[in-house]
Amino acid sequence: MGKYILRRLIIALPSLLGISLVLFVLLALAPGDPFGELATNSNIPPEVREALRVKFGIDDPIFVRYLRWLVAMLHGDWGFSFSSRIDVDKLILQRVPTTLFVVGSSQILALAIALPVGVYAAMRPYSIFDQIANTFAFVGFSLPTFFTGLLLILIFSVNLGWLPFVYRVDIPATGWHWYWEYFKQGIMPVTVLGLFQAASYTRYVRSAVLDVIRLDYVTTARAKGIGEGKVVIKHVVRNALIPVVTLVALQMPAVFGGAIVTEQIFRIPGIGSLLITSILANDTPVIMAVTFVFACLVVIFNLLADIIYGWLDPRISYR
Amino acid sequence: MQERELRDLIADVKTGQLPRRAFVQKMIAVGLTAPMASMMLSHSGVAMAATAVPYKPTKAGGGGLLRLLYWQAVTLLNPHFAVGTKDQEGSRIFYEPLAGWDNDGNLVPFLAAEIPSKENDGLAEDGLSVVWKLKRGVKWHDGMPFTADDVVFNWEYARNPETAAVSIASYKDITVDKVDDFTVRVKFAKPMPFWADAFVGTAGMIIPKHLFADYIGGKSRDAPANLKPVGTGAYMFVDFKPGDMLRAKLNPNYHVPNRPHFDTVEVKGGGDAVSAARAVLQTGEYDYAWNMLVEDEILTKLESAGKGKVRIDETGAVEFIMLNATDPAVEVDGERASLKTKHPLFSDPAVRQAINLLIDRASIEKYIYGRTASATANFLNAPERVRSKNTKLEFNIEKANAILEAAGWKKGTDGVRAKDGKSLKFAYQTSINAPRQKTQAIVKQACQKAGIEIELKSVVASVFFSSDTANPDTYPHFYCDAQMYNTTMTQPDPQLFMNQYTSWQAATKENKWQGRNVSRWQSKEYDEVYKQAEQELDPVKRAAMFIKLNDLVVGDNYILPLLRRPKVSALSGKLIAYLTGWDNDLYQLASWYRET
Repeated sequence: MGKYILRRLIIALPSLLGISLVLFVLLALAPGDPFGELATNSNIPPEVREALRVKFGIDDPIFVRYLRWLVAMLHGDWGFSFSSRIDVDKLILQRVPTTLFVVGSSQILALAIALPVGVYAAMRPYSIFDQIANTFAFVGFSLPTFFTGLLLILIFSVNLGWLPFVYRVDIPATGWHWYWEYFKQGIMPVTVLGLFQAASYTRYVRSAVLDVIRLDYVTTARAKGIGEGKVVIKHVVRNALIPVVTLVALQMPAVFGGAIVTEQIFRIPGIGSLLITSILANDTPVIMAVTFVFACLVVIFNLLADIIYGWLDPRISYR
Repeated sequence: MQERELRDLIADVKTGQLPRRAFVQKMIAVGLTAPMASMMLSHSGVAMAATAVPYKPTKAGGGGLLRLLYWQAVTLLNPHFAVGTKDQEGSRIFYEPLAGWDNDGNLVPFLAAEIPSKENDGLAEDGLSVVWKLKRGVKWHDGMPFTADDVVFNWEYARNPETAAVSIASYKDITVDKVDDFTVRVKFAKPMPFWADAFVGTAGMIIPKHLFADYIGGKSRDAPANLKPVGTGAYMFVDFKPGDMLRAKLNPNYHVPNRPHFDTVEVKGGGDAVSAARAVLQTGEYDYAWNMLVEDEILTKLESAGKGKVRIDETGAVEFIMLNATDPAVEVDGERASLKTKHPLFSDPAVRQAINLLIDRASIEKYIYGRTASATANFLNAPERVRSKNTKLEFNIEKANAILEAAGWKKGTDGVRAKDGKSLKFAYQTSINAPRQKTQAIVKQACQKAGIEIELKSVVASVFFSSDTANPDTYPHFYCDAQMYNTTMTQPDPQLFMNQYTSWQAATKENKWQGRNVSRWQSKEYDEVYKQAEQELDPVKRAAMFIKLNDLVVGDNYILPLLRRPKVSALSGKLIAYLTGWDNDLYQLASWYRET
């Protein structure tokens, strides 16, 4: 197993290298530069802009810039942000906890809804409960997060005035009050992301359970007189979860992606909003770092999915 | 407006026939900046108005938390690195300049003991130097005293090209000497009419020598104080997360008594302008929101919630259309829009004149921008032409038709005018932005009625406003017939602003399109007047020259100004804030307070 993980990680290296090269070239070819904002400022002489470009090495050939980036990266140096001139790793580390909190809570919410609803709906297919659940799931994943986000803001912040729509990391409060405020500001973004995920998970869980529930071994288990609850949990759900786990693991990077939009709407200082502002400011080192982190997440979660898969289904061996 | 008329007006102010403020407003109406008008008065012996802002609180502190919202987040806190206004604003909470500009164009001292003038021997008769006396007893937030050494250091720091400071333009051509611990002398290489640049306003914030001395030049990025500012301002640094949140607390040793009012300040960043406006005007979650680039219709609607109000301050920014003087379709020596070519349509003055008549500025103001812009026919100021008609903006389709007809442009079967086989068709580009696209449509429609066909083009802002030399769609390349954007006047003096129409500034392949004359319009007369204005010490003569420069550039109809764009901010109902169009929004933050 250790060998397997090691081998998978080694295989991942060239793919990460390839990803970084493609990203870098794409960014280099993309129009715009980090000093665009200086351009319309009549107080800043063009020479200064030129000097800044030279200083930050923007005018060097792509190949040179890529090698420089790669060498620095191998030394653990992520570079510095052109717009804030601080180290990129610091910038990202500052924001990861927020994203993890929001994305993590929304995943927990999504699974907490999807698992019971999906399983229950599959046990009674085409019942009224199943049909209602299906309808909601359908509506849920048809509505994009930016729409539901704005809708919630309109209802709960503007009309009712119950929840704040500006998310803040530094809450000027202590003790229980702090937890309460933190919880309150998290409600809307977590709900938006969680419901969106829950919708697609529900349908997936339902179909996975539906596949398993009619198999012979389940009938056998029932025939042996095992209680319905035990049959479902021990025999059905365990097997049905195998594809669901894969889906959840593979969806993780996409969820970070979905959080980009949500983070922007609620002003959540996570890595998603960092990516957006960096793209708008053409802050190449930050864009590289954040997208590279996403790439690593994809690789890691893939590996994780494979490992959990094998654990759930011993027929799959680590070779 | 000529020199004599200006002098008459100044005489009226002197004798009290014309209020000072009215004079300044008159000058703004003809486009000179308020600071320049004010310098003109002070030079003529009318003292700068002592502007004490009305401040009610009787002790420092007690105002609680002040919440500021910047939809473009503050990303760094060194004023010499400030890439955008947002960073200047963030720095201004902690750092102060020697003096700043108020809305009427008066210099307001911050770290200066007094404003230099001829009377106090601050200004040299030959215009080659200015002496600043510094306020005594000012301390940096860490307790060190503020002295002349700090001021001299800022000059050394910013003028060093290795430092890569964006404020370099204000410091590279001067020398600064320490006279004594509380006096510095700024020397200029040639007579300097506009001496209040270095150490003043947005480029003038002063950073402490004792924390930055080791980080001058190439090491500038490594200074820990870049992210943890130690200034002289009313608020002290608490915490900063770039692109998200900046927090500050009251400075108990601030050098102005009874200030500031608020105990803590926080600046939240991110999101978009509309939701920022909403957070102040509709839900009241925040006290102030910066730069409301939002359609007036939306602002008015949000204001109706009664929680806050929109505040508008005039600036020198202007939204305008420029016509290409060169031909973007022809390539000469591997360069499009080369100076060696002439635009096939716009080289005919009748065409340019007609286009100017076809811009319905009044409607653009009324239906698109509302309070957030005002129609203007001037780039810098109103030229004589406008004055004689009492600044009337002309929109006249028949007249445009008549002019084109008379010049020999005949309508073809497709309704498009043509002459010598050339059709009156051209492309008109701008950055993607709803009001701009609507403006394009209004211009296009009117032109159609006069037999001119316009193809509209829009480019993503991040591309359009980039200095990328390889991208042909940036505005300095101007590989198009006409284009529209907003240019800001960041200095209260028009010299650098008007520099953008001199011949030697033409953006070409040779200077990698870094030249600022993007329309590539060239005029010998303009160049000559500009050179004179650069050296003219008499502010009245100099002002007359700038007015002349504007007349030249606008009168030739290559540059078609549309609207003046003021600064628009949102303030919560009880907040009393002093804002200005000529300095940072937070320049008077120490005097902001909340009415009880």
